[in-house]
Amino acid sequence: MTGPDRRSVLKALVATLAALSVGGLDSPVAAASASESWTTQTLEAFADTLIPGQRRFPGDVVVAGAVTGPGAVQAGAIGLLASPELPVAPLLPAIAALLDARAVAYAALRLIWLPPTRPPFVGLSFADRTALVGGLFDPDDLDRPIWQVMSLLVGLAFDTAGQQDTVEALGQGHPGLAWLRFPEPDPDGLWRFPDFSYGRPLAVPHPNTTASGSPA
Amino acid sequence: MTVQTTDVLVIGSGFGGAIPAYYLAAGGARVTVLERGPRAAAADFTHSMRLGTYNKIVDVIQGDGVAVVAGNCVGGGSVVYFAASLRAPSFVFERHGSLGRRLWPAALTRAALDPWYDRVEEALPVTRTDWPDVSYAGGVLAAACRRAGHTCNPVPVAVDTSACTNCNWMLSGCRFDAKRSLLLNYLPAAEAHGADIRPLHEAQTVTPSPLSGYRYAVGYTVLDPDDYSCTAQAGVIHAKVVVVAAGAVGTPVILQRSALLLGGIPAAVGRYFSGNGDRVSVADIVEDKARTLLGLSRPDGSAYLGLPVGRPITAATYDHLDPTAPEYSRFTLQQIYFPPLTNLLAQAAGSPAWFGVEKRNMRARWRSWLTLLAMTEDDNEGTFGVVPLTGSFTRLAPGLGQGTMTYHPTSRTRGAWDRADTALRDILEKDGLSRVRPWSEGVADTVTAHPLGSARIGDDPATSALTDGHELRGHSGLFVTDGAAVPTSLTVNPSLTIAALAERSVATIVTRTADAGVALRRGVPLPGR
Repeated sequence: MTGPDRRSVLKALVATLAALSVGGLDSPVAAASASESWTTQTLEAFADTLIPGQRRFPGDVVVAGAVTGPGAVQAGAIGLLASPELPVAPLLPAIAALLDARAVAYAALRLIWLPPTRPPFVGLSFADRTALVGGLFDPDDLDRPIWQVMSLLVGLAFDTAGQQDTVEALGQGHPGLAWLRFPEPDPDGLWRFPDFSYGRPLAVPHPNTTASGSPA
Repeated sequence: MTVQTTDVLVIGSGFGGAIPAYYLAAGGARVTVLERGPRAAAADFTHSMRLGTYNKIVDVIQGDGVAVVAGNCVGGGSVVYFAASLRAPSFVFERHGSLGRRLWPAALTRAALDPWYDRVEEALPVTRTDWPDVSYAGGVLAAACRRAGHTCNPVPVAVDTSACTNCNWMLSGCRFDAKRSLLLNYLPAAEAHGADIRPLHEAQTVTPSPLSGYRYAVGYTVLDPDDYSCTAQAGVIHAKVVVVAAGAVGTPVILQRSALLLGGIPAAVGRYFSGNGDRVSVADIVEDKARTLLGLSRPDGSAYLGLPVGRPITAATYDHLDPTAPEYSRFTLQQIYFPPLTNLLAQAAGSPAWFGVEKRNMRARWRSWLTLLAMTEDDNEGTFGVVPLTGSFTRLAPGLGQGTMTYHPTSRTRGAWDRADTALRDILEKDGLSRVRPWSEGVADTVTAHPLGSARIGDDPATSALTDGHELRGHSGLFVTDGAAVPTSLTVNPSLTIAALAERSVATIVTRTADAGVALRRGVPLPGR
């Protein structure tokens, strides 16, 4: 890649986690709709490739609409990535440009026409986005650590609502936690499971087991 | 600057550090414990996956080909682990690995270690569990094992099961003080005898001390509680005896950084790193099959849907621990729960394997997942490279670091994983009960929560950094007592073995401390007795 070198991009990305850990994120929904820039569109399409969701409006071409129901974009992944309060924000254009450059190369090799009115990565079909992103994780790919961290962030937004307290996220119906059917806490915000066991023998223990329950 | 001294300086407050710290303090020595992480207690442990909570006390350290999950707080791994407390099978102590000769010290066998296992089981204490303690997830594994012709055991745990709410938030620390972490036994007992535990103190170097009567000087930095990559101050403590117990990812790095100043260290430091052969899989359980094939049902009418319910580890099968079988073919298969922050690692159907539509669909069945851990016999193939400027890895953010270890599995290790995968499929895919998907290495390589062996004990100076008394070869009074000292993967969760070895090592540490002129009481009882 050109511009900021890989190491500085990677460090800024993980600095994102540091900033996340001390709070201060915009609400995901507000941030997700904050910008129509090519950078935002590219990153939205990247997140949507990892965890696809349904189109947000008729004619949405950024979210590919590969499924019905929520995906990473709906779960706040872009809000998490693009918050202006995060130190990574200035580098997101470089990351998006890197992905778009990969899209141009991918398309050129396959004689795929890319519409000039949208970012190259967004111009790819969902199948091509998927194939391209899969290649980013080739063990020999120099940029692999960048995409590993980006994927981690996207996953944390969807699977854990990592930008929010879990009780609060559940209360607000966070799309990712709802998709997992993450259980609800007790009224005091703590989890307890009084019913947790079938409560009966389900197998024969190994004959050579010690008094404490270990292998002999 | 005031010159600080102590009799025994302990680096790290996990199992390897807390146990010697207690015995030396109770024996009458001045003991100082340096812990790089913060201090937290039950009221501080949150039920939340918000970044900035759990990742203050747990680190993920990404190396080349391996990622390690490690504790980062007073109490070390015991605060964030899942408390499975198993003795290693006898054959483990007879392992030859790829070197072709016995790796453990001649003095160490399972029978020789049993008295020390007894002590730890009494001190924590460890609870022998029974079927009513086994979670729905463990129950599915057990019932599937039985149907496939296998035995299955409830797993002993260092948990007060009467206080446990089965909340399944053990990675975040125990909110209810049911987990018998070191915060409830060895560490408070050490402090009651005057041990000085210093959180956010990151040891950097061990060098010879110029002070008369003191053998080593340990340099440390004090970390900012809000940003561990910022250093508030630095200092040096002179000690008569030093115990390095910074974890298998921390200990070799501190020793490597100190090598020149110590006049050289054994070549085996930073070599023979093992991930305990950890291999994680996800089985996507078909609800109807759990009902019809296994005869399972819950009070709410479901058959399973129980992934997030209960303690993270409750059942395991010991059937593949045959002492007569060849090396690299033996393993424990254990039920285990991970918070959904690891969801991106579970493979899905089709291509690509770990993201996209199929993976999202698989997430919708998350409550029906059964996650599993195989602990196999790996090849100790990991090594540690260029030492970072400070700490044991380059800290990138709370909870995330770039380590210096390299781990590229050999064909023997891969063969061991393949055998475990096959056994798991034989049990869990029988008659369509589930679809098993092994861990994806595509996005995070190999992952282990059980790093071992980076400064191991042994009889052969060429392949072991430590004597069988845990003393660094050529450096009297400098000990390593944590997972780094364990010479091979164990095929079970290592905490009880690390603790038992630490208990055993105390006799030699006491002798060296007494040799340094510290008057010590002998016959110290277990903590709390």
